[in-house]
Amino acid sequence: MPSMTARSINTAAAGSAARSATQTAVAAFAAILLGSFLLYGVGFAQPQQIHDAAHDARHSFAFPCH
Amino acid sequence: MDLIRRLFTAALVAGVLSGTAASVVQQATTVPLILEAEKYEVVTPPPATAAAPTPAGTPATSHAEGHQHGPVREVGEGVPVTLDEAMQRIGLTIAANLIAGVAYALLLAAAILLAGRPVDARRGLVWGMGGFVAVSLAPSFGLAPELPGMAGAELELRQLWWLSAAAGAGVGIAALAFARNRLVIAVAVLAAALPHLIGAPHPESAEGAVPAELAARFVTASLGSAALFWAILGSVCGWLMSGVVEPAERHPALRVQPGAR
Repeated sequence: MPSMTARSINTAAAGSAARSATQTAVAAFAAILLGSFLLYGVGFAQPQQIHDAAHDARHSFAFPCH
Repeated sequence: MDLIRRLFTAALVAGVLSGTAASVVQQATTVPLILEAEKYEVVTPPPATAAAPTPAGTPATSHAEGHQHGPVREVGEGVPVTLDEAMQRIGLTIAANLIAGVAYALLLAAAILLAGRPVDARRGLVWGMGGFVAVSLAPSFGLAPELPGMAGAELELRQLWWLSAAAGAGVGIAALAFARNRLVIAVAVLAAALPHLIGAPHPESAEGAVPAELAARFVTASLGSAALFWAILGSVCGWLMSGVVEPAERHPALRVQPGAR
């Protein structure tokens, strides 16, 4: 329902009932995909510049760094 | 699309708030220890050894190449000396923390959505503690949070082990919390235990250059700031997801079918 705003869906009792398992799976998959990509970049990617930029954060979050 | 937007908004807010809090705490706890440890980090002099394929800081290499014990690091290499350098380094660390916060929040929000159970800030806190156990405590059980200059096994091996320990613990916690089938729970607990039964990769001789007191303080500081980070991340995520995962949710995508064993 593109015409409905987020708020109206939020207050509508039928909001989640209308939601299909597919929508839930797609949203969760998108979040997992982007989350994994960001986590790889900040915690694991080894190009020198990325490593140097994230260096202190990696150590603080206990990622293997060097 | 509306669901995705709300999921991502919740993750963005939770990630930014927890990443900001972690940045403040880290600057007071872990980062000073990192800077202190870098003074002890052994760096092989680059001009003398032109062909040096091994990464800097490998104690065995420097030992073999001329008995360079102790701090031989050049001042100004990595350690910020000017205010500009210090500000840039802090800024990059904050940016990395925010990205890490959003990344973890996306994964946690996805897990909350898939579980399909009602959440609020308090339940979110429990979710956050699960995240802390999965990606902070469980990997640290085998691979202690490390300072620059500490001896470590090959990086790729440690990254792989870290990932398997975190993923295994996450699966184990999720199964203990939600699964009904005993076989599923048993397999998930085994997945959590397996990396620890195999054992984390460690160097043959643990002869890092960093004083043990510094390393010990860093471990507690790292785990403590991670616990705070996850508490905030989970609470905010649960609070903002309360409107997304409603009690009326009838079709949780993640439900172990009863009688499947």
